[in-house]
Amino acid sequence: MPGGNGFNVDALVEPDRVHRACYVDDEIFEREIRRIFHRSWIYVGHETQVPKTGDYATTVIGRQPVIMVRHADRSIHVLYNRCPHRGAKLCSQRAGNVGAAFTCSYHSWQFKLDGKVRHIPIQNGYENTRFSLDSPDAHMKPVARLEVYRGFVFASLSAAGPGLQDWLGAAIAGIDDMCDRAPEGEVEVVPTCFRMMQKSNWKIFLENQLDAVHPSITHSSTGLAAQKVEQEMRAETGKPPPLSYHYISAFAMELDKWGALDVVGYPNGHCVLQGYMGLRPTDPDTLEYEAAMRQNYSPARTEEILDVNIHHLLVYPCLSIQSPLQQLRAVRPIAKDRTLTEIWHFRLKGAPEPIYRRALDYFYLVNSPSTMINADDLFNFRKCQEGLESEGGDWVSFHRNAGQDRVEGGITTTNIGFSEAPMRNQFAAWRNYMAAEPAA
Amino acid sequence: MSRAQENSAGRDPLPAAAVGLETQHAVAQFLYRQAEILDDRLWDDWLALFTPDGHYWMPAAPEQLVGEGQPNIFYEDHYLMRVRIGRVNHPNAWSQYPPNRTGHVVSNVVVEAADPASGDLVVRSKFLVAEYRNDEQRVFAGKYRHQLKKGPDGYLIQLQRVDIVNVEGPFDYVLQYWI
Ligand code: FES
Ligand SMILES: [Fe+2]
Repeated sequence: MPGGNGFNVDALVEPDRVHRACYVDDEIFEREIRRIFHRSWIYVGHETQVPKTGDYATTVIGRQPVIMVRHADRSIHVLYNRCPHRGAKLCSQRAGNVGAAFTCSYHSWQFKLDGKVRHIPIQNGYENTRFSLDSPDAHMKPVARLEVYRGFVFASLSAAGPGLQDWLGAAIAGIDDMCDRAPEGEVEVVPTCFRMMQKSNWKIFLENQLDAVHPSITHSSTGLAAQKVEQEMRAETGKPPPLSYHYISAFAMELDKWGALDVVGYPNGHCVLQGYMGLRPTDPDTLEYEAAMRQNYSPARTEEILDVNIHHLLVYPCLSIQSPLQQLRAVRPIAKDRTLTEIWHFRLKGAPEPIYRRALDYFYLVNSPSTMINADDLFNFRKCQEGLESEGGDWVSFHRNAGQDRVEGGITTTNIGFSEAPMRNQFAAWRNYMAAEPAA
Repeated sequence: MSRAQENSAGRDPLPAAAVGLETQHAVAQFLYRQAEILDDRLWDDWLALFTPDGHYWMPAAPEQLVGEGQPNIFYEDHYLMRVRIGRVNHPNAWSQYPPNRTGHVVSNVVVEAADPASGDLVVRSKFLVAEYRNDEQRVFAGKYRHQLKKGPDGYLIQLQRVDIVNVEGPFDYVLQYWI
């Protein structure tokens, strides 16, 4: 396979198809970690995960375990989760509070919340050695670059490269849409993270997020079962079913409607699929919420915000955002055939409780470990992974509507929902990352 | 907040209530029957185990006291359970080929509260579930807490709280139906 020695991106990625090695080759996976996940901006977490001084949350950036921590001066730091002494991880839990300093459980070296060494017990013994508190080796290492945008914390392990906002480009709409929908313009994380391990390559998940052909096929069992219960509920209670049923019954929407959705691809692999769930009903809860919005924004601005119509927005390679329902899934590749997703949802600050319940219902029905939706996605992802191991064919087809996309200023638009333009757009970015020389 | 909610997981277990052998026996039989219904996928019988407003609840954290308005792993009333059953039975439920097969063991049955007037009970028990599907076996362990209503035809579940020991995951695959 064209993965190992003599890596040649041209042999792997063509404009309308990619070689299966991109999904099943260990060396290509390692290269992705180095060239993509250790160089681009990666979502670490939301600052409301660490509200108080000493609060921390751990995750990984590519292969690197990191700690996001709140400093006493309110700043956020992202540090490698490694003790400078003999290398022990400093935080072994997913979240917690370290108080005023990190204390290593091995020999009690202590570090301030910005990573600087604070205290080394038993001071003597370092005279006339090469160890020095002035050396960066004495301190916890911070990530090369850190940026916080509207509470969303991103880090890059590479000192070189575009700033976060340049890199996001128009994909910043995913974060803006989520925050703008809050009457106070901010969101707050709900501290329950569901983690799902997918037995498949990370790219299979991202490709699926903007695949408008699959829902009415993959999810037909759940969509149809939900439609049936909606009817029964109407008959039995005389009331319309709650909006949450529509989240899952909408999966049974006719294929044509999926095909009419707009898809946009941005530079760096980011892309967006237009919404379809009609999330602007006119019930009293919505009206109360919209009134709260109008109090904080002008009526015109409120309309503008509520008219944004996003279903999924991908921040390639690390995030799938569903901004109108305040959810996100962070992508953590573990191996060529293992991908951890960290799934979060948020509250809109200043919005009435029933509006939060909509995000919560979606989090439950689509993103919880008992999801009736992702049950079939994860099953398909795994089958793709297993099938791609086969030598029954070398290529993965992204031919649908290839050559028919409108490209202007690096932005690809299509109003053919079924177009495989988003996959082609992701691989255009993949190609750039993978082919380029590594940062010095 | 009901007694069963206050006596949540993560707190010291309550002492056993003084109930007769007959009650102890009847409630154990009820729990065994529920386990069998799941193992045999008898969905109509499953729905019939719950009161009309009954819920099956698996919290997302041991310290959680209520299901309503909180993130949960399961929180389902009759209607949502009907969606789940409709899905699992649908020929297009792709991930049900092959279907799950489970074996439940329920034990350590302790009645923690008994209302002498109504006969209603709060019962805790332990479970061990092996689930087999597609060449893979998973094991789930944890604690049930049933809030049971005594009716003319036996007990009905008002609320079943299920605390699995691996509640914070990560989950290597979805739970397609109740444990
Ligand atoms: S390894 Fe941390 S103090 Fe020694
Ligand atoms: Fe899907």
